[in-house]
Amino acid sequence: MSIHVEHELHRRRLGRNLGVGLLLAALISVVFGLTIAKLSTGPMANAQGQVIFE
Amino acid sequence: MADVSYSEPTKIGEATFGDYLALLKPRVMSLVVFTAFVGMMSAPTAVHPMVAIAAILFIAVGAGAAGALNMWSDANIDQNMRRTRYRPVPAGRIAPSESLALGLALAGISVVMLWLAANVLAAILLGFTIFFYAVIYSLWLKHVTPQNIVIGGAAGALPPVIGWVVASGTMAIEAWQMFALIFLWTPPHFWALALFMRSDYDDARIPMLTVTHGRKATRAHILAYTTLLAVLAIAMAFTTLGGPLYFAIAVVYNSLFLLGAIRIWRRNEEAAEADKFIVEKRFFRLSLYYLLFHFAAILAEASLRSLDLGGWI
Repeated sequence: MSIHVEHELHRRRLGRNLGVGLLLAALISVVFGLTIAKLSTGPMANAQGQVIFE
Repeated sequence: MADVSYSEPTKIGEATFGDYLALLKPRVMSLVVFTAFVGMMSAPTAVHPMVAIAAILFIAVGAGAAGALNMWSDANIDQNMRRTRYRPVPAGRIAPSESLALGLALAGISVVMLWLAANVLAAILLGFTIFFYAVIYSLWLKHVTPQNIVIGGAAGALPPVIGWVVASGTMAIEAWQMFALIFLWTPPHFWALALFMRSDYDDARIPMLTVTHGRKATRAHILAYTTLLAVLAIAMAFTTLGGPLYFAIAVVYNSLFLLGAIRIWRRNEEAAEADKFIVEKRFFRLSLYYLLFHFAAILAEASLRSLDLGGWI
């Protein structure tokens, strides 16, 4: 009989941690992409092109 | 020799990542994302692709927040309904307080991020939609009036308006036409479900129309709302959102939908029980395609217009 070092609970935790990690990475990517998009359209503007910061 | 590994039933706090995703009601979220996307694309103002992606993402997060808050408020109801008793909260895999915390956190993040990505009006509308669904509908209307899903349907109808506002910054009549389409579609969609889920709403003590006014009255209401919906949906073909393609799709789907509603109206409970509610189930399935194809047609007309091919010109 083998001793299971990794309990089924650990697998669930790993799944949750990986999921949260991937979500955070996706959020960072979106915010970074959004910043680049806003900066590349000249002064800081909203979706309608109204200037927020010069 | 004893095996030191053992398994025990799932307890609160041991949910999988999938359970947390299920809290956000991904199927409702997909409808919200699609209709918001169509609202955004059919607006006359072009949006930077990155802004569009971010806005859709944060609208989806907002829809998920509303779903998680609904899972928290409806935990007791969900426990008593066959359709919902295996959801993460009533099944005991996630604590109600955890669902509440996740919902509030996601609501805050989505509204603030939509404001930064798009504009303050879109963010206010998203915040209002979450509040309307989680508080006005889930906590209040659902428990007090058989008109619960009629009025509550407004929350599900707002995403195309939010999408339109993300692109244009203003609320035009076209956005409210899309709102009206979903608003009038919601009651027949849910009442058909209530007819074939039978005792679910009785068991949960929810004053659905089937419970308060009876199943015969519900069948009549489905026909009345479907007729109103058909008039609106076909009339929309002659507005700036429509065109020949939309008209063709609207005529086909509204004819089928009306035919389904007439069949439901003409049936009695004995006939429905005899064939296990096949007509009601078909009508419910058709309602999903109905909305999908109407919004796909609006999107197609908008795409054609950008190539100077859309509309009746």
